[in-house]
Amino acid sequence: MTRRLLPLETIRGLAGFGGAQRADGYVFQPTTVDEAREVLALAREAGRRVVLRGSGRSYGDAAIAREAVVLDLCAMNQVVGWDPSTGILEAEAGATLGDVWRRCLPDGWWPPVVSGTMFPTLGGALAMNIHGKNAYRVGTLGEHVRSIDVLPTDGGEVVRLGPSDSLFHSVVSGAGLAGLIVGVRLQLKKVPSGDVRVRGVSCSGWKDQFDAFDRYREDADYMVSWIDCFARGHARGRGLFHAAWYAEGPSATLLEAHQTLPSKVLGVVPKSETWRFLKLLNRRGCMRLVNAAKHAAGRIFEHGREGRQSLVAFSFLLDYVPGWERAYAPGGFIQVQTFVPAAEARRVFDEQIQMQQRAGLESFLGVMKRHRVDEFALSHGVDGYSLALDFKVTRANRARVEALADGLHKSALAAGGRFYLAKDTVLDGADYRLSIGDGLERLHKARERFDPDGILTSAQAERLGLL
Amino acid sequence: MRYERSLVVGASSGIGREIACQLAAEGGLVAAVARRKERLDELSTSFPSIQTFVHDVEAADEVPALFQEITSSLGGLDLVVYAAGVMPSVGPDEFSFEKDREIFAVNVLGAMAWLDQAAVRFGHAGHGTIVGIGSVAGDRGRAGQPAYNASKAALATYLEALRNRLATQGVTVTTVKPGPVATEMTAGLPLKNPMLAEKAARKILALSGSGGERYLSWKHRLIFAVIRAIPSPIFRRMKL
Ligand SMILES: Cc1cc2nc3c(=O)[nH]c(=O)nc-3n(C[C@H](O)[C@H](O)[C@H](O)COP(=O)(O)OP(=O)(O)OC[C@H]3O[C@@H](n4cnc5c(N)ncnc54)[C@H](O)[C@@H]3O)c2cc1C
Repeated sequence: MTRRLLPLETIRGLAGFGGAQRADGYVFQPTTVDEAREVLALAREAGRRVVLRGSGRSYGDAAIAREAVVLDLCAMNQVVGWDPSTGILEAEAGATLGDVWRRCLPDGWWPPVVSGTMFPTLGGALAMNIHGKNAYRVGTLGEHVRSIDVLPTDGGEVVRLGPSDSLFHSVVSGAGLAGLIVGVRLQLKKVPSGDVRVRGVSCSGWKDQFDAFDRYREDADYMVSWIDCFARGHARGRGLFHAAWYAEGPSATLLEAHQTLPSKVLGVVPKSETWRFLKLLNRRGCMRLVNAAKHAAGRIFEHGREGRQSLVAFSFLLDYVPGWERAYAPGGFIQVQTFVPAAEARRVFDEQIQMQQRAGLESFLGVMKRHRVDEFALSHGVDGYSLALDFKVTRANRARVEALADGLHKSALAAGGRFYLAKDTVLDGADYRLSIGDGLERLHKARERFDPDGILTSAQAERLGLL
Repeated sequence: MRYERSLVVGASSGIGREIACQLAAEGGLVAAVARRKERLDELSTSFPSIQTFVHDVEAADEVPALFQEITSSLGGLDLVVYAAGVMPSVGPDEFSFEKDREIFAVNVLGAMAWLDQAAVRFGHAGHGTIVGIGSVAGDRGRAGQPAYNASKAALATYLEALRNRLATQGVTVTTVKPGPVATEMTAGLPLKNPMLAEKAARKILALSGSGGERYLSWKHRLIFAVIRAIPSPIFRRMKL
């Protein structure tokens, strides 16, 4: 049997957002469903597996696979329909969260769930079923989807799935393994203005943190907290909590001009160059000071104060510094985000902060959120909290970072915790499978239907044994 | 381990074989390409991490498909070493186009067939290392081996051009120019203290990431700087 050759010049070296995992793949960017079918056919004739890829904003190896055909959806990015009377948007899967808000915010609508960056595609966001700072209130993005269009990998007819279809909850959350999402109908959220009111609460330790989440939970539209991972002793868990509410206000705030992020940081440093500056700071000694300073500033300037911020500035803080991840080059970084039931969260998070301090590998950034349970097959949802920690990886510390991550995962797992594939780089497959109950069987049902030959893959899926 | 996945063309004997073994001993995956199946079988028995592919570099048309089969089977590619080379004995008055053609097919065209593939792949992927085994024999045109000298000179110039083309694309191209090395190819020659292939391979791997034209010792570097500078009319009269 002679196999078709793949065009050599389509090869690209790809990485996840964290830059700690890499693989070469043959990248194709179809612009239509028919072109996507052709890519799937080519892969089959070449005897290759296919990995689906959106904007590559997952931290680890979810959207890469060695020597596979990479089906990149970024060029299928049209907003096909938008109805400002119902707030229902119809778009191709490669449209990004940024494309969505730009189209809909002027009419007074905002995506119901957004990640900390506006670059993810809708397909990628649904494959991971992303959550936002409002997860405790509105759940994950998948819960706001009216229907998705799925292209089976054997090139068959596109199938429309709604929440009442049994496979819907497996394709959404299926990490790109349960079928190719080509179109989405999403219910947006009506907002009174383009701003939120943001209130800061400085927390001197875990007790303050959990109290703040409890106090604002019934009322606030968004909650998130920053944790200083260097603080020890009684100060462990200290940080700055923010609650936010959709604000009333002039309709001019809905315009893109009001939402645009400033192009200079502090008015002087061009944003595109800021990562160089961050790279200088990006070491343990400096970060200890930065975190302490941030805590002090929060206590003095933000505690109890309320301010207004545009939705974009509040939601996509990390987009302020494009390329900030390059500050971690060349080794990259990994994020460990564990999801722990409410009753155990304080104990587990405290244990985790101590573990990373004992290892001398303090996370430069810690972020805590509140979540709720959902119906999806590979769900990361718990009735509890998540703590996200970023660890810089170097050639010298890689083994230690991986050992630490393993310890953090095990401590969450023992407490009935869950994990999130969009953030995972180094999970142990057995730990993951233990955490998701019957999720894997549900995933496989969807694979039988939408990927009958089992050509969809990812480095992550192979590593975790999901196929 | 510096190279996780390597491809060595001309791996059944001499320097190529040693390089394949050393890469495998470091823990890397290696694809060994050569003409002789028995030699390859022996290689893969001693090193399970060496995968073998039978191929005659004179069959340049086979290369694109084989290259893709190899990269797929290795799961990627970080290093390509082109070590295939022939040097048939040539009498002092002999002009054999048969031999010349073979020398160029193996030493030059085979290298281009393989390294063109590597260059496209590495350039687009944004990483990779190419090593070509040239020879000090390519530095001058001597009376004894016109075609062999010319082939190594052609290879060196081709590699230099690759290096210049790929410089901004994250790809390293290194030309190494071993002096006399004791291998099957040189077995019939009266060499003065040849280097062992094992040692030559070690030095070549050490230099592989340097991205320039390298001799295997500082002595050679010095001697050949002088030899290259000798004007041709004088060089003709010297027995170098
Ligand atoms: C700075 C930053 C902040 C973030 N903050 C958050 C956050 O607050 N909350 C959160 O939940 N996540 C967050 N994330 C993670 C991010 O939202 C997810 O990783 C998201 O999946 C990225 O989408 P993408 O288009 O880049 O997809 P990729 O990363 O390219 O792919 C993700 C997965 O989706 C699959 N896939 C892609 N397209 C399709 C398709 N059309 N059909 C089926 N499968 C597909 C891929 O195979 C892969 O498994 C953040 C990421 C970054 C970089």
